[in-house]
Amino acid sequence: MSAPEFDWIALTGAKPKGKRPYFFEDPAVERVFAMLMAVTQELAVTRERLDTVERLLEKSGHLDRAQIEAYAPEPEAATARAQATRAYIARVMRIVQQEMEAINKPEHEYELAAKADELRNE
Amino acid sequence: MSTWPSPPPYTLVGKHGVSPATTHDERARFNFLATLNSHLAANVLPGNAVAYEKRAKPAFIAANGRAPQDRHEVRHAMLRDPHFQTWSALRRSSMELRQQAGREVVLRQITDLNARAAALNHNSSQLQMNPDLPLPAYLTKVDHHCMPGGYFTEVAVDDISAAANYDVGIFATTAGGLGRFNDGAGHAVAGWLKAKYPNFSPKRILDMGCGAGHSLVPVAQAFPDAEVVAIEVAAPLLRFAHARAKSMGVSNIKFVQANAEAVPEADESFDLVFSTMFLHETSNKAIRRVLAETYRLCAKGGMVIHLEQPQFAGLPPYEQFMRDWDALYNNEPFWTGMHDMDMDALQIEAGFKAENIFISQADAIVDEEIFGKPKKEVEDYGRKASWHLFGVSKPASTAI
Repeated sequence: MSAPEFDWIALTGAKPKGKRPYFFEDPAVERVFAMLMAVTQELAVTRERLDTVERLLEKSGHLDRAQIEAYAPEPEAATARAQATRAYIARVMRIVQQEMEAINKPEHEYELAAKADELRNE
Repeated sequence: MSTWPSPPPYTLVGKHGVSPATTHDERARFNFLATLNSHLAANVLPGNAVAYEKRAKPAFIAANGRAPQDRHEVRHAMLRDPHFQTWSALRRSSMELRQQAGREVVLRQITDLNARAAALNHNSSQLQMNPDLPLPAYLTKVDHHCMPGGYFTEVAVDDISAAANYDVGIFATTAGGLGRFNDGAGHAVAGWLKAKYPNFSPKRILDMGCGAGHSLVPVAQAFPDAEVVAIEVAAPLLRFAHARAKSMGVSNIKFVQANAEAVPEADESFDLVFSTMFLHETSNKAIRRVLAETYRLCAKGGMVIHLEQPQFAGLPPYEQFMRDWDALYNNEPFWTGMHDMDMDALQIEAGFKAENIFISQADAIVDEEIFGKPKKEVEDYGRKASWHLFGVSKPASTAI
């Protein structure tokens, strides 16, 4: 495979025209957030690769890179991997999910000290 | 029932003659993004409605003495809501990750990809490029879908990189919702026609703005005896669409580099004129010209079909606001204008008769052995693989 004559790595992340929307009040938060999502993605990739390596080793007892690159999971392995990714994303998104629960159940959103005072003589 | 998970693994994405090779980790990246997008649609997006009802709307009412009346007021109220901020930052971030992942796959091997496309396109009578065609500013001045350089920019001679990037990553954006070959919309059009008009047998078919040709191929395959003409302004898309279709063994399509506002074809020369997810990429002025062309080109006894997301009229302000997200934050600048237009009135203005207008609905049709039976999908405003199908027929008899 012949490499292109330009720096393709530099081009992959090119910015599209138009001002980027920043949703958080502080752009620094958004900056770190975008980096965190990229790292989250890369860890998912590493986990999937590790799963591939384990499955190949388990099956044949040896490893070669071409096998890793060509690996295509059967339905059972694909289902297990998809479930692992869903659980992984749910762990990363925990605080977002818990904040949603908080909006849905405002009656649970008390200050603990105040609640303790209230219940002290129960 | 399918034995595959939803979304299915990237290894099941259909391969064609201009599919890039992918490494294990590149596929894993798309698998992650597809699952992330499913998670955002199913688990994070619904929190916006709760945040609006329980937090943003009451705060707006407290400040203004009334509820938000239109989508602009809803947005004004929601922009400060922490949940909307988080979901939006996640959705934007996911789009940026998808663009970078797709561009990495395509650009590192662009020399080989372009050579493969050139071999399929060389001396083909089915591909008519027009390098002198003026490109409309509404497409060149904006990088649609946050794709750097839009669909026109060429990084090499005879470049297809923009189209190949769109093709390689749309699986992640739609979480597989468009099927193995990302052609669920084309199957939806063909399926709708076959069910509704089983005897309709168009001799000539026109696809306006065929893009990478995803929706076009199933329509051409559904009517193998028809002569299909596909027009597109962006050269990389057209080169890619021709090479892809040819490699898939589809030979009844002629690809012409042309603008849908002025199609180089004779009056009343098509029995079926259609477009899929095209009108919203053009300016408000262009839509009028495009619809005028559909009237001019549609033969008597023929029909015109467009597939789009639903028009805004009649939708509650909150839903309009959610559907407007891509317009503002994913470089879809004409999305709002198009969805605000009265398509019935515009089709009548173009020359059609009101009684011949139809409005329907069509869901993506995808391979059941992978995706299972059609299920009630999660609403992902503007991204759902389910469309508003509308159009108009031109009766064979002109007698009143």
